[in-house]
Amino acid sequence: MAEAAHAGPRSRGGFLRAVAAVIWKDLAAELRSRELLGAMLVFALLVLLIFNFALELDARTRSTVTAGVLWVTFVFAGTLGLNRSMAVEKDRGCLDGLLLAPVDRSAIYFGKVGANLAFLWIVVAVVLPVYSLLYNTNLFVPGLLGVILLGTIGYIGVGTLLSAMAVQARTRDVLLPILLFPVALPVLIPAVKASTGLLQGLPLADIDTWIRLLVAYDVIFLVVAWWVFDYVVEE
Amino acid sequence: MIEVRSLIKTFGLKPVLRGVDLRLEAGEFVALLGPNGAGKTTLLRILASLARPSLGEVNIAGHRLPAEAAQVRRLLGVVSHQPLLYGDLTAEENLWFYARLYDLPAAQRRINEILEMVGLDRRRRDRVREYSRGMQQRLTIGRAVLHDPKILLFDEPHTGLDQEASAMLDGVLRQVAGQGRTVLMTSHDLLRAADLASRIDILSGGVIARSLRRGQPEWEDLPTLYRAVAMAEGTRG
Repeated sequence: MAEAAHAGPRSRGGFLRAVAAVIWKDLAAELRSRELLGAMLVFALLVLLIFNFALELDARTRSTVTAGVLWVTFVFAGTLGLNRSMAVEKDRGCLDGLLLAPVDRSAIYFGKVGANLAFLWIVVAVVLPVYSLLYNTNLFVPGLLGVILLGTIGYIGVGTLLSAMAVQARTRDVLLPILLFPVALPVLIPAVKASTGLLQGLPLADIDTWIRLLVAYDVIFLVVAWWVFDYVVEE
Repeated sequence: MIEVRSLIKTFGLKPVLRGVDLRLEAGEFVALLGPNGAGKTTLLRILASLARPSLGEVNIAGHRLPAEAAQVRRLLGVVSHQPLLYGDLTAEENLWFYARLYDLPAAQRRINEILEMVGLDRRRRDRVREYSRGMQQRLTIGRAVLHDPKILLFDEPHTGLDQEASAMLDGVLRQVAGQGRTVLMTSHDLLRAADLASRIDILSGGVIARSLRRGQPEWEDLPTLYRAVAMAEGTRG
């Protein structure tokens, strides 16, 4: 027993182990309950269906709105996941359990980001082929997956931080989208622009600026969240 | 082991703790009593590094809070109103997760010890949401002592338990407290607190209004003393 209490100082390995533990915990719990992922997938597919009926598009117009429809779907489904993911921690006091652990609290943040990204990427993996079928559009364009990867990292990065803030409020379900959508715009605009450019077959040089912006905002959001997460979760 | 001086905590303009002085020696079991809203949970959350003090000094095992919170957290085991357990994970998975966070060596051996200690060895692979409240609370205590902390903070651990489950929990509390640990427990149950603790502090009006050691004459009539202290504060407030 004593050896447990006097384990050595935590290292970078300890940080990564804590991140991995949080990701494992979220995935294992979701594998059992299927509450969060199920809701995200159903919601995403419904959004796609509604757009399919609402927008009767010719082939030319389709190429201009596809990116918008896809990102609206990812953002709505992602917000649903972010809300639920942090609510699970709050409802049974588990967030306190995480905060009591002798780990750098940013490890908890990055763990939650990792798990939320995994859920959203599963949604992306289902949405892309379904969209291709419904709209008869080829989405397997080189670079599009990379843009989706960058966009979702930025969106989930800032979303996880804001969901940790919103979860303290009674009106958390309403509060998160109100906080998140304006703050996430700097990521969403370049993501939509770069995706549209790729789907329209523009050369990489034409969308290079949007991709650079996307990378820059990803880095800014993740670094700021790393700095402030400790203060956000403390009373 | 725990030293608190002139601790003040306000939420907005509302003061909850108005200058708490508290000292716990190593191995002491202190019960903190007080009416609803007295600030017991707030005090425990500050000691657990979950909340920041507005003013005052908090020192735990030579480490100052909140500056050295990371070192303090390794020394603490906390049980709160809520289970701090994931309902969709099994008991074993919950402990495994916390063992990873605490970076415990020989984690599986320690998890086996804990599950045996809290009497959940045979239910280790059941989901925690399938447990009764009493079983969840025993597992919560197991989680709190998993990393063998020197200090235990219990915030009304008997809340929501029936008589039988409370009695079983008392056994577990005695066992974990009897291993030389320092324990601070908040409670509304005067008789249970008197049974478990070696000292009782009454928090009222945001300060420790009365401190009483086992063996003092008033110990035998704790309800009367408690009412007098709480009523005096009610009259002042």
